[in-house]
Amino acid sequence: MEWEIVIGLETHTQLSTQSKIFSDSSTRFGAEPNTQANEVDMALPGSLPVLNKGAVERAIQFGLAVGAHVAPLSIFARKNYFYPDLPKNYQISQYEIPVVQGGSISFFVDGVEKTVNLTRAHLEEDAGKSLHEDFTGPHGESSTGIDLNRAGTPLLEIVSEPEMRSAAEAVAYARALHSLVVWLGICDGNMQEGSFRCDANVSVRPKGQKEFGTRSEIKNVNSFRFLERAILFEARRQIELIEDGGTVVQETRLYDADRDETRSMRSKEDAHDYRYFPDPDLPPLVIAPEWIEQVRAAMPELPRHKRERFEQALGLTAYDAAQLTMDRDTSDYFERTAAALPNGQAKLAANWVLGEVSAALNREEREIGACPVKPTALASLIARIIDGTISNKIAREVFAAMWSGEQGGDADAIIEARGLKQISDTGAIGAMIDEVLAANPAAVEEYRAGKQKAFNSLVGQVMKAAKGKANPQQVNDLLRQKLG
Amino acid sequence: MSITEHDVNRIARLARIELSPEQSARAQHELNGILDLIAQLQAVDTSGIEPMAHPLSAHQDIHLRLRPDVAWPTHTEAERKALMANSPARHDSLFLVPTVIE
Amino acid sequence: MPLHNEFDSIASLREALRARRVSARELATSALEAAHARADLNAFLHIDADLTLAEADAADRLLEQGAQAPALAGVPIAHKDLFVTQGWRTTAASKMLAQYKSPFDATVVSRLQNAGAVSLGKLNCDEFAMGSGNENSAFGPARNPWDPDAVPGGSSGGSAAAVAAGLAMGATGTDTGGSVRQPSALCGVSGIKPTYGTVSRYGMIAYGSSLDQAGPIARHARDLLELLDPMSGFDPRDATSLEACDGQKNEPGRIHAQFVSAAREFDAAGSQPLKGLRIGVPGEFFGAGLAPDVATAVEAALATFESLGAERVAISLPRTELAIPTYYVIAPAEASSNLSRYDGVRYGHRAQQYSDLGEMTSRSRTEGFGPEVLRRIMVGTYVLSHGYYDAYYLQAQRVRRMIVNDFQQAFAGQCDVIMGPVTPTVAKRIGDNREDPVADWLADIYTLGVSLAGLPAMSVPCGFGGSGKPLPVGLQIIGNYFSEGRLLALADRFQQATDWHQRKPELA
Repeated sequence: MEWEIVIGLETHTQLSTQSKIFSDSSTRFGAEPNTQANEVDMALPGSLPVLNKGAVERAIQFGLAVGAHVAPLSIFARKNYFYPDLPKNYQISQYEIPVVQGGSISFFVDGVEKTVNLTRAHLEEDAGKSLHEDFTGPHGESSTGIDLNRAGTPLLEIVSEPEMRSAAEAVAYARALHSLVVWLGICDGNMQEGSFRCDANVSVRPKGQKEFGTRSEIKNVNSFRFLERAILFEARRQIELIEDGGTVVQETRLYDADRDETRSMRSKEDAHDYRYFPDPDLPPLVIAPEWIEQVRAAMPELPRHKRERFEQALGLTAYDAAQLTMDRDTSDYFERTAAALPNGQAKLAANWVLGEVSAALNREEREIGACPVKPTALASLIARIIDGTISNKIAREVFAAMWSGEQGGDADAIIEARGLKQISDTGAIGAMIDEVLAANPAAVEEYRAGKQKAFNSLVGQVMKAAKGKANPQQVNDLLRQKLG
Repeated sequence: MSITEHDVNRIARLARIELSPEQSARAQHELNGILDLIAQLQAVDTSGIEPMAHPLSAHQDIHLRLRPDVAWPTHTEAERKALMANSPARHDSLFLVPTVIE
Repeated sequence: MPLHNEFDSIASLREALRARRVSARELATSALEAAHARADLNAFLHIDADLTLAEADAADRLLEQGAQAPALAGVPIAHKDLFVTQGWRTTAASKMLAQYKSPFDATVVSRLQNAGAVSLGKLNCDEFAMGSGNENSAFGPARNPWDPDAVPGGSSGGSAAAVAAGLAMGATGTDTGGSVRQPSALCGVSGIKPTYGTVSRYGMIAYGSSLDQAGPIARHARDLLELLDPMSGFDPRDATSLEACDGQKNEPGRIHAQFVSAAREFDAAGSQPLKGLRIGVPGEFFGAGLAPDVATAVEAALATFESLGAERVAISLPRTELAIPTYYVIAPAEASSNLSRYDGVRYGHRAQQYSDLGEMTSRSRTEGFGPEVLRRIMVGTYVLSHGYYDAYYLQAQRVRRMIVNDFQQAFAGQCDVIMGPVTPTVAKRIGDNREDPVADWLADIYTLGVSLAGLPAMSVPCGFGGSGKPLPVGLQIIGNYFSEGRLLALADRFQQATDWHQRKPELA
């Protein structure tokens, strides 16, 4: 039996506002417990919510970035359930009419482009935190500590259609979504701090079946690696369960990273009747077209527009363009490098950024913002390849030297100091070729007999004699000439 | 449409209310009486009428007013204490509740 | 007899205070004594002489400085225990909040405080504003000063009783389905519920959020104006607070200006000051349920208005009775959610015996809430629950719109104001008919529609009824949106022509 895995993701992104969504408490991470929770956050009697403009603005930005419909009118609703980290014992969220509707996210998986449609994105408030250290209550009972600093932090919940068909796709989607919200500056993307949390809805069905299988929800996965493992485990669990004659139960599960398995969440087992109704404390949110235009005008160039521009105006491949637009720092770096080069050399810049620069950064676990080789310096190095001063191979050696700060990181100075200039003098190259031909009569014979490999070995010999510094193109041309 | 004992228990659970069997029986009786009162609403023909959440929304444009994104500074110990002064159980600056096993 | 009762209005008291013929401290001391002397009424829940005298002294300091003193400096008032206050406890008349001390003041409280008013303390009410007799208080019923065996009405029973007994010059109340108007009527005092959104709900413990509105209770319309105007105004901390009222800024001064303008209009009209005024009288308000003694008093009041030049117009508010199930779906629904926060975690009553969190929450709530509150939470939870939301809650909100339309139709072409009774009967006896909660609900028939529509309405005393001791009857005056100033001017004109508002219960 061939199975198909169906995955939808619900992602909670904490918005990068200064204050909370319904109160003016600070959202700064890491404060002493309960020092960023006022009477509204603590749900003291008589307190009322007032909506933060910055949260709405970020929702609009997101909607524009994914090509969604930004609702001119949306409603806040109360989601009623009891939980100690939910001070009002209801969460202010959006239910029937969310602020963002539709939209899509595109990304690459194994070199193939995939687009996942979004159902919606809505604004809601985050809950507080439970600290499960072993405290003792007033009657000696084992107790949990509640910190409400996080309660009321603005969240944008982004819901995808169940269009992903593998854990790899789900992770690629999550990464692309993560890049986008960080790109826009609406979320800091810090997964350790809980700024970006994914819930995965996973179900399986026999390949070809139209109906979806029963899904389970894996909550609050906060790393891409865990997301992938959790989905893989869950899919396998469901398939094995069904193949053993069992049925999948719709439930909420937690991923246990230590055991690499998902577990049913007992406390959320109650059939939830959230009794959604429009929050009478909050009239409808109206977003005028003028505001949407204002937000649009102030937005940075979107990754997908940059991507298109890189492909069309700069001639990059779709894949390279996508890679270079994963984050703003990388695309900035690339653009500045390309800008410092003569027209038509963007591809070379792309190769270098995605190749040598990326590799070096990964080796040292650095972000591109901390790259010791600045775009203009990289451009000056690439310029020396373009003008034939050095070969691509030698350039890598120079790059490494620039990285470690040799000669103050100056490409020309390094080339000079190490004597790395390419030999382009046809006379000198010709002489070296003559010597090699004289020393390798057998290879010459093989080449004349039609063996291309012999040509390459002769080229290799010439390059060896030149200590790698001969202009490869010229060696090729001259050698062919001399061999006749 | 009549409320059963099962309904009463479900509602009480949802509302986090604990009723003894007698209270539950009485609640069932009372709720059924109230349902009779409320049932009059079903008979009203409301086709074409939109629900009204804010009483003045038919009179003037009522839409949500927004607050600028400005944060109040992190609270001092004194401010935090004042806000938590009514809490039944605390440990340092945390509220305490009996542990829930997840 | 407290000192402030020697003055028949806040205005004359203000004059005496400014002339230093009487001091705020003297007034406060005397009022506190009177409150203690009338502890039998159980109107007050919390009194703290130190807090009150501190406010009085502050007022005296301002008054010493002369004409700059704010308008209500030194005037003794009290607050319904539904408004959170920093100094005094706030219990909402519930065991759930028996020891609760708010770290912030309600906007209404701070506005009156900034206007210089001196608070005598917190007043008894029905628990979480749910009830119409102040019998649902965890701290015992409040009593009607006209007959201590009768209810003062509710939910703002303590407020109306305090004013009727002369213990305070004015009191704040809250009106969700009639809770300012009804106790005012039953206690023979004046009360007004302004247009929804004109007075801030910040710090007013929420019951039915789309219905709740704060309003003052006092001895007559002029005093109501003195209190309502500074209470009113846009509050950025309440998202349902309105910035503008039909184009006019919602700020203190608006209502006062409207009152003055209307009063001038009436003055200018000579011996028939209300000529041209069309009073809509809904037939549905005079049905079989209305007691004859109430009907008589209200009819007499209408006749008085006619003698002042007004024209009486028969109108119909066809969904008057439907307002009852509509209200008793919407208010409990909102309440069931508003009261979820009372779980014994961050404040409020926490049970002593429990084996886990679930039990702690349920037990705390069941122990902390009284039977009427539990009842309404259950109803509210039910009508919002899965499968019933459409049939009950949404349906009720649709009928609500129809009720709003009914009023608008009346105001659009037929009348300028609507008048009728506030209650079907005079005050009932404390303890009567406690087994049938719905019977109490049915008695709200004349006040609920107004609340659903968010319209301004007031109650003024217009006579007496009852079979034993005379018990007051109130006349309800309902205006179109934002006309509270005009309503007060109308009521004032009525009170110039009658003396019901000057009657006082015999003091023990």
